[in-house]
Amino acid sequence: MSPMARTAPVPAATDPALIRNFCIIAHIDHGKSTLADRMLQYTGVVQSRDMKAQYLDRMDIERERGITIKSQAVRMPWELDGTSFALNMIDTPGHVDFTYEVSRSLAACEGAVLLVDAAQGIEAQTLANLYLAMENNLTIIPVLNKIDLPAAQPEKYAAELASLIGGDPDDVLRVSGKTGMGVEVLLDKIVRDLPAPTGDPDAPARAMIFDSVYDTYRGVVTYVRVVDGMLHPRERIQMMSTRATHELLEIGVSSPEPTPSKGLGVGEVGYLITGVKDVRLSKVGDTVTNLAKPATESLPGYADAKPMVFSGLYPLDGTDYPVLRDALEKLMLNDAALVYEPETSAALGFGFRVGFLGLLHLEITRERLEREYKLDLISTAPNVEYEVTLEDTKVVHVTNPSEYPTGKVAEVREPMVSATILAPNEFVGAIMELCQSRRGVMGGMDYLSEDRVEIRYRLPLAEIVFDFFDILKSKTRGYGSLDWKADGDQVADLVKVDIMLQGEQVDAFSAITHRDKAYAYGVMMTGKLRELIPRQQFEVPIQAAIGSRIIARESIRAIRKDVLAKCYGGDITRKRKLLEKQKEGKKRMKMVGRVEVPQEAFIAALTTEESKDKAKK
Amino acid sequence: MPSALPLGDPAPPDGLLPGQALEGAADRAFGLYVHIPFCAVRCGYCDFNTYTATELGGGASQDAYAGTAVAEVDFAGRVLRASGLPERRLSTVFFGGGTPTLLPAGDLARILAAAIDTWGLEPGAEVTTEANPDSVTPESLQVLADAGFTRVSFGMQSAVPHVLKVLDRTHTPSRVPQVVEWARDAGLAVSLDLIYGTPGESLEDWRYSLETALSYGPDHISAYALIVEDGTKLAAQIRRGEVPGIDDDDHAAKYELADELITAAGLGWYEVSNWARTPEQACRHNLAYWRGDDWWGIGPGAHSHVGGVRWWNVKHPTAYAARLGSHVSPAAGRETLDAETRNVERVMLEARLVTGLAIPSLGGLGDTGRHAVAGLIADGLVDPGEAFKGRLVLTLKGRLLADAVVRRILPD
Ligand SMILES: Nc1nc2c(ncn2[C@@H]2O[C@H](COP(=O)(O)OP(=O)(O)O)[C@@H](O)[C@H]2O)c(=O)[nH]1
Ligand SMILES: C[S@@+](CC[C@H](N)C(=O)[O-])C[C@H]1O[C@@H](n2cnc3c(N)ncnc32)[C@H](O)[C@@H]1O
Ligand code: SF4
Ligand SMILES: [Mg+2]
Repeated sequence: MSPMARTAPVPAATDPALIRNFCIIAHIDHGKSTLADRMLQYTGVVQSRDMKAQYLDRMDIERERGITIKSQAVRMPWELDGTSFALNMIDTPGHVDFTYEVSRSLAACEGAVLLVDAAQGIEAQTLANLYLAMENNLTIIPVLNKIDLPAAQPEKYAAELASLIGGDPDDVLRVSGKTGMGVEVLLDKIVRDLPAPTGDPDAPARAMIFDSVYDTYRGVVTYVRVVDGMLHPRERIQMMSTRATHELLEIGVSSPEPTPSKGLGVGEVGYLITGVKDVRLSKVGDTVTNLAKPATESLPGYADAKPMVFSGLYPLDGTDYPVLRDALEKLMLNDAALVYEPETSAALGFGFRVGFLGLLHLEITRERLEREYKLDLISTAPNVEYEVTLEDTKVVHVTNPSEYPTGKVAEVREPMVSATILAPNEFVGAIMELCQSRRGVMGGMDYLSEDRVEIRYRLPLAEIVFDFFDILKSKTRGYGSLDWKADGDQVADLVKVDIMLQGEQVDAFSAITHRDKAYAYGVMMTGKLRELIPRQQFEVPIQAAIGSRIIARESIRAIRKDVLAKCYGGDITRKRKLLEKQKEGKKRMKMVGRVEVPQEAFIAALTTEESKDKAKK
Repeated sequence: MPSALPLGDPAPPDGLLPGQALEGAADRAFGLYVHIPFCAVRCGYCDFNTYTATELGGGASQDAYAGTAVAEVDFAGRVLRASGLPERRLSTVFFGGGTPTLLPAGDLARILAAAIDTWGLEPGAEVTTEANPDSVTPESLQVLADAGFTRVSFGMQSAVPHVLKVLDRTHTPSRVPQVVEWARDAGLAVSLDLIYGTPGESLEDWRYSLETALSYGPDHISAYALIVEDGTKLAAQIRRGEVPGIDDDDHAAKYELADELITAAGLGWYEVSNWARTPEQACRHNLAYWRGDDWWGIGPGAHSHVGGVRWWNVKHPTAYAARLGSHVSPAAGRETLDAETRNVERVMLEARLVTGLAIPSLGGLGDTGRHAVAGLIADGLVDPGEAFKGRLVLTLKGRLLADAVVRRILPD
């Protein structure tokens, strides 16, 4: 087995032949972060005593949810047969919503470690990322993790992996990120099997931006992979898409703390700091070149992420609107997939309609806004983008149900996805039932192994963005996994359901649903609101309607008593303070016509049962 | 767990009042409240500032209490004079608690005598004491009447044994008609306190309590909705699920029943929770609170108000006695209300009275109040006839929603 490298190759002076760029592809919780930690430790870049679990998952949210949101690139020395190599490991996110970020990190690598939990087997998400990696011609190293677990079935899953990517089951490495077993062998194999990067050291510099992070102290930190030429500190660089030029204040590598270097050469991965504060000046997917000796052609662009799910985000306290605006602007830097525009809601005030890659992306963005910017937010129910053609052939794109055109609609098209679901075969019936109830059309089914199946469905995106994944999980006792990708659109019989309080429409609760499901939505929402809205001094009818047709109704009985009928002697001050408190409470109410609706009711009505359970955990 | 005191400004050690307190004082009635912070047992629902002998570690402070209270009466006389307030005789005196009648009647008489000595009584002044039915005798009531008391308010609460039990009351229902008779014999006017909405009390139980109370022919009835105060034994019992919680709809139904039966018996409401046989028999001391008159509160935790200055004494009897012992004001804190706050209080308090609020006066707080009147009439909360005459007077439905009405009148 290899020892820890005695001398590490120096950045800017490393022969590309000694560089290996790789990423780890894994389903969430299969142990990517833990394995990365072991690698940091064994290569000596992090001392054992400084090691904390999931060292690379820096953000609090990541730690709590155990998922990796931001890609990070770490340079690690590793010695094989007396030669020191530089390994660049790019830690990538593992959730379905972050396929876009995975694609960026893949493009910076020559190889990928395909990491599979030896007790779980391969999951749909892994398949999707594996597919992307193969498309990028990456060399794949299949690895089974968690072999220390008593429930591990390495033979079974090694066979599954081998049949999937070709090769011999015996070539599948077996490791434990937890105990460290097999990790050194894996590092050796990375050096041996992965191709070294190639590029032209004498050509004008070209480097791909695969990540961009805003740092309060240092401004924008841009992560790049150099393809051709070399970048040096203090030279002027140019972003090829915008033509913006900057001075390179600092250039270096993460190991894993940022370490300045004399530059970055062919095949190297590192970071750039230009002092730029404006997020739009360092766009993910852009090519960096040298201003004095610019490249003529930029590198093939990254696939632009297309937002699929939209939700209105509103500050609970209207005066926080500017804070939310600035926060979104800053998050954009980290998150090329985030798009937003200002929006106004009669019920919720000023906010933004924000586009996300998926539900998790929404949840995480919202949580980061709340945590990092101390904001209290309401988010409206997520929805997709509809294309509505009016009878006068005008076409409208609707990302907010309350903007659904009232005129005569000729046709509505909704986005579709093709979904791949992997699960033990005993759940096939339950899965088909679920997909059928979500207007899915089955595309096919294959056995991955004796007892595991892959089921393919084409479904309306709207049917899976809300609670589909949670229900899938519960119907398959946690074993089902899902991956989806956009797959065109279809004409559908959709209607807009409005919710009215005392005859006043509440825009935040409007929904676009399939005609067959409008009634269920109406009953659900009116019922929920009846529970959530406190009784008022008058009876409050709650109605659900399609146009002018009422499809469901509930009513909140009038409150009968609101008086402190007690003898409180001369303590008038206490009584007044109580009144002041009540009046403060009234200020936090949103008025819908004459009805006082507490913020909490909005939040609760817009929250699914499943996400409520999550919050409780 | 006695209720907490408000947070206010520090009160000066000499107790002297700011100039604001003097304005218009000659035209305001002046009253005295005397707090007696002792009870034989603490009822599970009660958070008044009162202590049992065991809580105080012996009866010593009870014996010395009259002397301490008299010391504050003397102090009050000096402070009012030194602050430049005009000499005013007492219009009303109210001994409350706690259980005032837990002290020997002679002690209450002694405190009253000191007050009369200091300020004198207006002709026809009202002098009330609260009393628990099991803490009076014909003799003690006679001593009180002879000392100048005119009125006694008995804590009857309910006529139903299982309700009295949940309330931790120590008297038997049959004791009430007896003490009412004794009080009458001594020449005292009689008021009965009732509580409705006790866990386990049915509407029929409540009807029975009302009918029973009315059958004794009281001059005055107070009917209070049971409030579950934080930190009380009752609150803990409800939290633990040992007794059912409180239901506002049940309260509403019982209030309506109370108003119906009490009115039918010939009494009339004059404040949300109070009914009197004739307007003259309304509790004038209580009305002084709602009308913003002046009164001095004697005793630990007692609240006072003089011309927009409110203050309250330290809560514990020992700390209270220590302050007076060293000739320092027993006040723990006070607040001097600005014009706007006084207006807010006026609306909050006067809205509860049968005399209501002058609608033109609502303009003092901006236009919200006047503009709200039509909506309040539409919702059946305000008497339209009175409103046409320029007064905002609550309907039965409005009384049940009085706090909500006040919030609608006041500007945001
Ligand atoms: N028993 C065992 N548990 C592991 C191993 N690797 C990771 N885990 C656990 O699996 C969970 C998910 O690990 P993590 O590294 O966060 O997975 P990621 O989501 O792929 O980054 C954590 O609870 C780890 O402690 C392993 O080799 N053996
Ligand atoms: C100051 S208390 C004391 C009077 C006397 N010690 C007694 O209990 O009869 C006056 C009245 O307030 C009422 N009261 C006390 N605590 C209450 C509560 N938590 N909710 C409603 N009314 C209450 C009772 O009716 C009581 O008679
Ligand atoms: S007797 Fe009266 S003051 Fe004493 S604890 Fe009971 S309710 Fe409270
Ligand atoms: Mg992770």
